[in-house]
Amino acid sequence: MKTILISAFVVVTATAAFSENQVATLRGKAPLAETYTAPTFPKVDNSDVRQVRNYPEQPPVIPHKIDGYQIDTKFNKCLDCHSRTAIEVSQAPMVSITHFMDRDSQFLASVSPRRYFCTQCHVPQAEGQPLLENTFVDVDQVLDYIKSNEGGGQ
Amino acid sequence: MRRLLSRMWWLLSKPATHLSLGFLTLGGFIMGVIFWGGFNTALELTNTEEFCTGCHEMRDNVFVELQSTVHYSNASGVRATCPDCHVPHAWSSKIARKMAASKEVYGKIFGTISTREKFEAKRLDLAQHEWARFEANDSLECRNCHSSESMDVTLQSKRASEAHERFLLTGEKTCISCHKGIAHELPDMSGAQEDHAQNSAVLQSYLKELEN
Ligand code: HEC
Ligand code: HEC
Ligand code: HEC
Ligand code: HEC
Ligand code: HEC
Repeated sequence: MKTILISAFVVVTATAAFSENQVATLRGKAPLAETYTAPTFPKVDNSDVRQVRNYPEQPPVIPHKIDGYQIDTKFNKCLDCHSRTAIEVSQAPMVSITHFMDRDSQFLASVSPRRYFCTQCHVPQAEGQPLLENTFVDVDQVLDYIKSNEGGGQ
Repeated sequence: MRRLLSRMWWLLSKPATHLSLGFLTLGGFIMGVIFWGGFNTALELTNTEEFCTGCHEMRDNVFVELQSTVHYSNASGVRATCPDCHVPHAWSSKIARKMAASKEVYGKIFGTISTREKFEAKRLDLAQHEWARFEANDSLECRNCHSSESMDVTLQSKRASEAHERFLLTGEKTCISCHKGIAHELPDMSGAQEDHAQNSAVLQSYLKELEN
């Protein structure tokens, strides 16, 4: 049942995207047989200014470039600066304690394997045009809205 | 045969009665130039990236890794080749490095690193050699291109300028202390961290004490 529902949802949204002539693929609107000039790579933010987190559980975005940083079984460049012992030299924020927890919330002595591949969750930012309009609303705004409408809140 | 050889020796050892001293010195000088030039040319020939990547050990391992880094391809099109980072410019240190490199050729002939696996197994050793060399010469090869005097830290990112101001300009550290792996993939570093090795040594002696 669930799969049927999901596929129905996919079909509906996909047709909606096409019928409104919106951007449906990364290729843009170029016909299949034509070669489309790719947009230039946007510059990655390297401002070193830490960004707002949109909700408390969000993995913070990376405010610096990470070109060529090696992350594999042999070496993790991120931990060269973000590990517990590295931060005095690097003055980077330490990976938080959640990075030492295994799936049973036990604290390990070093970064947990499931948090080893940093770029699974943390990504640098670039000034790009969003493909679709984003209607995200910050939770503080939701709270404000509720407060002003119901007088309650919290 | 023996007669021929002894006759040739007699000819060669005979003082030159028919040649003028001028001719001899000039000839010697010219031959010197030719041999010296030939030596240096041969030296220069081995000092190119084509030579360095001529054997598959280098081509398939470190060279492919270099190709995705800034030192191979960047906006300004200025690049670093293998000898730029691995061979000193001053003549005496160059010869010294070449002598050491002969050992590497020996390694090639006897297949010390003939496969990726063997290369990876030997890699930490090789890398530590290079790091020691850079630490000892204050990263001379890097500084042949990058000079800390011409480095305008105000134009750098905050991360870079703070690190350089605190540790580079004060002379506390040198390029390679922070920029390991700038041109190639790093080997398994778990065995390379000094403080780890030190800590485990301390731990081990403590455990021994407990046992007694
Ligand atoms: C050379 C040291 C260095 C390296 C290597 C490095 N970082 Fe950072 N990172 C910093 C510093 C310093 C900051 C603090 C803000 C700034 O200066 O950019 C930071 C900030 C961050 C933040 C933002 C934290 C927050 O609370 O907003 C994240 C996330 C992050 N880094 C992730 C990474 C990841 C993932 C990697 C590896 C791909 C990495 N960093 C590699 C030094 C480093
Ligand atoms: C499974 C997802 C995930 C992975 C993998 C992961 N992180 Fe995080 N990270 C998070 C989340 C979520 C947060 C914010 C909440 C928290 O601190 O747990 C965070 C927070 C951080 C912070 C900010 C800490 C603070 O106190 O401000 C840094 C720095 C960071 N991560 C670095 C890293 C590095 C370096 C790695 C790789 C070794 C890594 N993370 C791997 C999810 C992840
Ligand atoms: C032949 C000259 C040359 C030599 C030798 C050289 N570099 Fe570079 N280096 C460059 C050039 C060119 C760039 C790229 C500049 C640009 O971005 O256009 C560069 C860029 C860099 C960067 C910036 C990386 C980035 O992501 O922006 C670092 C760090 C660096 N070099 C460190 C080193 C170190 C460490 C050494 C010694 C092991 C070294 N370089 C040796 C020419 C050289
Ligand atoms: C204390 C550590 C440290 C030392 C010593 C050091 N660097 Fe850096 N360098 C950094 C950090 C951190 C960055 C920024 C993060 C990155 O590029 O990975 C950086 C960035 C750079 C950049 C890129 C700058 C930019 O903003 O684009 C260059 C080029 C560079 N270093 C060259 C050198 C050279 C050459 C030396 C030796 C003369 C040197 N560094 C010594 C830590 C150091
Ligand atoms: C920008 C400087 C630079 C350039 C260019 C460069 N190297 Fe390296 N090389 C290094 C450094 C630094 C090390 C020490 C290990 C490390 O930090 O990755 C190293 C290490 C090595 C090692 C030891 C094994 C290892 O990976 O650690 C070999 C072999 C090597 N280089 C060969 C080459 C060859 C061949 C080329 C040309 C295709 C080349 N290098 C170009 C800087 C450079």
